[in-house]
Order: sequence, then C-alpha cells, then structure tokens
Amino acid sequence: MPRIKRTQRIYDWFERRLQLEGPIKDAALHPVPRETASWWYVFGSGAFTLFLFQVVTGILLAILYVPSAGEAWNSLNMLNHQIPLGWYIRALHGWGSNFMVAIVFIHMTQVFLFGAYKYPRELTWIFGVFLLIATLGMAFTGQVLRFDQDAYWGLGIGISMVSRVPLIGGGLVHLLLGGPIMAGATMARFFDLHVFVIPGLLFGFAGLHIWMVLKLGINEWPMPGRIVRRSTYVEEYNRLAHEDGIAFIPGAFWKDLAFSAAMVAAVALCAWLFGPSGPGGPPDPAIIQTNPKPDFPFLWIFSILAYLPPALETPVILVAPVLAILGLLAVPLVAGEGEKSWRRRPVAVLAVAFIAVGWGEFTQLGTTTPWSPHMDAWSSDPIPVRYLRTATPLVREGANVFQEKQCRNCHAIGGLGGQRGPALDDVATRMTRDQLRFKVVTGGGNMPAFGKNLSAPEIQALVAFLSTLHPANERPAYTPSRPYLTNSPPQAPHPSGSGNSF
Amino acid sequence: MTENDPSQPQTSAIPTPGLSAPAVGAQDPRLVSRRWLFFQAALAINALVGVGLAIPVIRYLLAPWRKDSSYKSWVSLGRIEAFPTGETRLAVFKNPFTRPMDGITDNVACYVRHVASDQFQVFAVNCAHLGCPVRWFPQSQLFMCPCHGGVYYADGSRASGPPERGLFTYDWKIVSGELQIFAGQTPTLSNSAKLVNISIGEGESPCRG
Repeated sequence: MPRIKRTQRIYDWFERRLQLEGPIKDAALHPVPRETASWWYVFGSGAFTLFLFQVVTGILLAILYVPSAGEAWNSLNMLNHQIPLGWYIRALHGWGSNFMVAIVFIHMTQVFLFGAYKYPRELTWIFGVFLLIATLGMAFTGQVLRFDQDAYWGLGIGISMVSRVPLIGGGLVHLLLGGPIMAGATMARFFDLHVFVIPGLLFGFAGLHIWMVLKLGINEWPMPGRIVRRSTYVEEYNRLAHEDGIAFIPGAFWKDLAFSAAMVAAVALCAWLFGPSGPGGPPDPAIIQTNPKPDFPFLWIFSILAYLPPALETPVILVAPVLAILGLLAVPLVAGEGEKSWRRRPVAVLAVAFIAVGWGEFTQLGTTTPWSPHMDAWSSDPIPVRYLRTATPLVREGANVFQEKQCRNCHAIGGLGGQRGPALDDVATRMTRDQLRFKVVTGGGNMPAFGKNLSAPEIQALVAFLSTLHPANERPAYTPSRPYLTNSPPQAPHPSGSGNSF
Repeated sequence: MTENDPSQPQTSAIPTPGLSAPAVGAQDPRLVSRRWLFFQAALAINALVGVGLAIPVIRYLLAPWRKDSSYKSWVSLGRIEAFPTGETRLAVFKNPFTRPMDGITDNVACYVRHVASDQFQVFAVNCAHLGCPVRWFPQSQLFMCPCHGGVYYADGSRASGPPERGLFTYDWKIVSGELQIFAGQTPTLSNSAKLVNISIGEGESPCRG
C-alpha cells in the first residue's frame, strides 16, 4: 500500500510542523452531557456560520462596491442591474444580515432561558453581549453603506440622537460624520467600521466566546431542582459529561452542521425569492420627498421615539441604552448561581415574554407608522361619495377645505388618510359645532391651530362639513344649554340633522 | 533535509520553550533580575514609542472635531426675486465645506420664507426632533415631518408632535440683491439649539398671547 503510506507521510510532514492534531482532537472529541445534543443548542453555531457567510458575501460585494459618497449609489445600481447575479450577491448579504440578527437574538433568548450564563460561564455571556452589540453595529453601518435616501436620513436620525449628548454632543457629531455634514468622509468612516473595525471585534469576541464554550463545556440541559453552586458545579458537570456524556463530534455537532446548512439554504432561498433591498432613491439631500425608515432591527427604536413625550426624549435616548447594556452585562453577576431551569424562573420567562411582545408590537407599529402624516392623502384619498350625496353647497365646500388644507393627512375618513389624529367618520357625535370650531381654530393636543390659515368662510364651511359626519341613526353632539341661551324652546337636534344649526 | 529538520521522528523531544529558562532563573536570581530588567526596559521603550505614535494618530482621528464656526461661511441662495413675497420656497445650495468625494451629498436644501419686502426667514429642512426633512404645505401653511409627525407653522414655530422647539433657522443677509445665509453644517440640537429657550406648544396660535 505505497499510496496510503505516501499520504500518511505527507500528513505526518505537515502535522510535525503544525501540531494541530492534538488540540483539534481534544476539541472534537471532548465529552458533552448527553442532553446537549439537542436542536435547542444549534443557534450559537448557526450565528457563527452566518457571520462567516456575511464575511464571504461581503468580500464578494467589495469587489465592485465603491465606498464613496459620490459613487456608492451608482455602484449598487450597477450591481443590481448590470453585473450578472450581482443582485443575488447583494440579496445574499442583505438576507444573511436579517437572519444573523434574528439568530443572535434567538441564541441569546435560548441561553438566557436555559440559565447558561450562570457560573462558570459569566464571561461567556458578557462577551456574548458584546457580540450582540457588534452585530447590531454591523446592521446599522451596513444600512448606511446601502447609501440611498433611507440610509442618508436614517443616519441623520442617528446623529440627531448623538447630538443630544450634553457638552460634547456637537463634537461627537463631527467625529461621527467626519465633518460638518453627512458626505464623503462620513461614508468612508462607516465603510471603515463595517468592513474593518467591527468585523475585527466580532472575530476577536467570537473566538474568545467559542474558546470558553470549549474550555468550560456546553451548558448542561437545565433540570428543575438541579441548583448551580460555585462549590460543587464543576464536579457535577464533569460527572454529567464524563459518566453520561457523548463525544461532541459526531454526537452533538451533526445537528449544528445540519442547522447551519438549512439556514444558509434559507438565506439563499429568501435572497432568490425576495431579492436585494434597495437601493431606494439617490442620497441627494436636496430631494426631500422621502419617507425614511430604518431596517427591521431598529424599527422598534423608531417607534419608541414617536411615542416619547418631548421632555423624556433626551433622557431616554441617552440613558436607556446604557442601562439596557449594563443590565444585560449584570445578569450573570447578579444571578450567577441557583436554578437554571426556566420552569423554576418565572421572572426570567416573564421578562423574555414582555420584551418579545414589546419588541414585536413596536416593530409592527414601525412598519405602519400610524403617527406619521400621510403626505399625499389630501390629494389622493377621495371623500366617500356617501358623505356628500345629500350635502348642501356649504358642506361640499367644507369637504373641499378639508382636503385642500391637508386635514386628511392626519385624519382618516372612510378608512383612508392619516392616522395621526382620530378618524373623523363620526366626529359630529363627539363634538358640537362650537367645539369643532374651537378645535379647528386653536388646535391643541397634537393638532396645529388653523385659525391663521383659514378664512372665516372656510372655517364655517369646514365646520358645516364636519358636523354632518355622524351615523344616520345617531344624533350629533349638542349643547343642552344652547337653546336656553337663544330663548327658543329646548329641542334636541334631529338625528339626521346634517347641516342643522343648534 | 537538514540536521535540524523537525520532521525527523528521531528528534522526539517536542520543543518546550520556557521550561529551561525558569529553571536557570531559580538557581541564579541575579541572572533573572538582569533578564527582567532588559525585558522591562524593552517594554518601556515600546510604551514610549506607542505613546509617541498615539499623539499624531489621535490628532488625526479628532481632526473633524472643530468649532462650529470654522465650518460655516456665507452662501448665496440667488437673487431675492426668486423668492416671491409672502411665499415659502425650497432652495438648494452647495455646502461651503466640501470634499472631493462628496458627490451629490454636498447639496443642502433649506426653506426660504419671504415675509415682507426686506424680511426673510430661512429654515433648515431638518426636523428639530430627529433631523428628517420636513415638507412645506402652502395650502395649510404648515411644515410636516414624515418621520414622527412633527408639525411647524409657517414662521417655523412648533405646532405639534414630538419636536421640542421650532425649526432651525439660518442667519441671512442681503448683499447686492442676493440672499445669503450663514451655513455649513447639518443643524442639530447640539449646534443650533444653544441658548434657545425650549418651550412646548408656543405656536402662532391666535388664542395664545
């Protein structure tokens, strides 16, 4: 068998120099507790696979992408339309990013619910938090590199938030932008962050993270009542791993491999079916007809910023992220011992459920943005014909005013229009004519005052139109004392009283 | 194949650096102290070189951190006839501070409101909330922001929504029939809001004094 001998000789020649056989065998064959060969344990390796996938697709994109404020948008369009399958590589990178963010969060939720952060794996968790921050940093900087209108104004939102830092906010903005405005220097430094700095940190922290998983062992399956104590844990774990354990390869690792393959396949499929994201309009700051929105990992922040009262905004923007990160870092230091099983940790389960529901709700709101005026509603959404069929000329004129003065941008009628203010289909049942007039003229709450922008006849017509907006069988609101003031006998308005005065 | 070829299976001892030196050191503390002295001296030299290099590197990195005024200068928006009295128009200018790779991103938009014959107001398009571009609606005389629904009156004062203040304004002057503004950097709360008394709900409402 000279052939085998020769192969063996070549292998030996390399092994004599590299000496990798020992460490690799140790890592591959180290015993792990039997129950950890579970489909629940595949997300960490899945996240790392996606990271490598992103590195590869990122390198492929960098062959043609031009990281310059003047050329980036053109090069993205060239990738989409002129390079064979350029769109597909972009789609792979974009969908890989979506999947990576999602898997990192799933992985974090899983290790949290399984108590994997407890002794002696505190530092593994802490580095994991750094990895989470770095992953989100990649998502944000990547969004900037897709240098279109959304990217431009999205970064504008970012610097507006940074500018709120007391004293040094202005300087920080200059550093972030590389100058006074979002332009060439900005693009270059975000490319630097996205391609060199943050991936470097990711490699470093991921390496340490995995090193510790190998050295400390995979977290055993949490059993209710099996309490983690510093004094006994290592011994108990070793007993689990050695007496009832299996070799990591192939016992547990085949599921990691299968999951990674499935995930890359899912990314490839999504990329093929849904294609790349953008680029949208060109990043020309002079084009202001834009409706910027961040990518999905940041939609929840976008939503929260819409709902915060003005006075709370700066404190929340500056303090909440710090508290959130400190809180995550503190988890293993505060709860390093005790129960691992989620069955005995109701607060942990509740916290995860609360955050998940909150995140989902804010993300959903971020996709519909009910707080934003619909900029085109006034000229594109018609008044339903049924509201005008019996209308007097004054009411019709009021409907005109309603459209032309952009009331529709914030108020829906017949299900169309903005959702910033309340829908007005039955506003006449809630407000009397006097109240309507007062509200239109003075505004209040979240409504601008229109007193200066409407003439007296316009206000009269508008109020006449609004006071017809009530269901046919429901009487409009009225002021009970009004008839006494005008010395006429008390009389409720007729239920169908469109255009009636009272 | 040299005599030192490590692939020779005969040289069975795996090189184990670090085993012999401490053994010698344990026997002769003076020798160790000299080695450690050299080691520490070498470390110190490295630290010195590092600090020496860090100064220009940090200076380079902090270069953009400059006074606001150093970025700004007077820019012309064109003849004042381009801005009819009583109207608010979008104007576009090239940012005075540019770099060769800026491309179209050194365009800046602003709103010019010609109040009266020689009275102007020039607003930044950036919403005072989070910087999104506001849109002007001449019919209702309102600026509306598409991001979180901030609304401003024609004079730039806050009408409703999350902004804490009115629109950012540029200083302006008229030089030989041209409208000039003092511009150069993206307005944010940190550079344009200094000394501005932030009050909520003070619009151009006829019912508020």
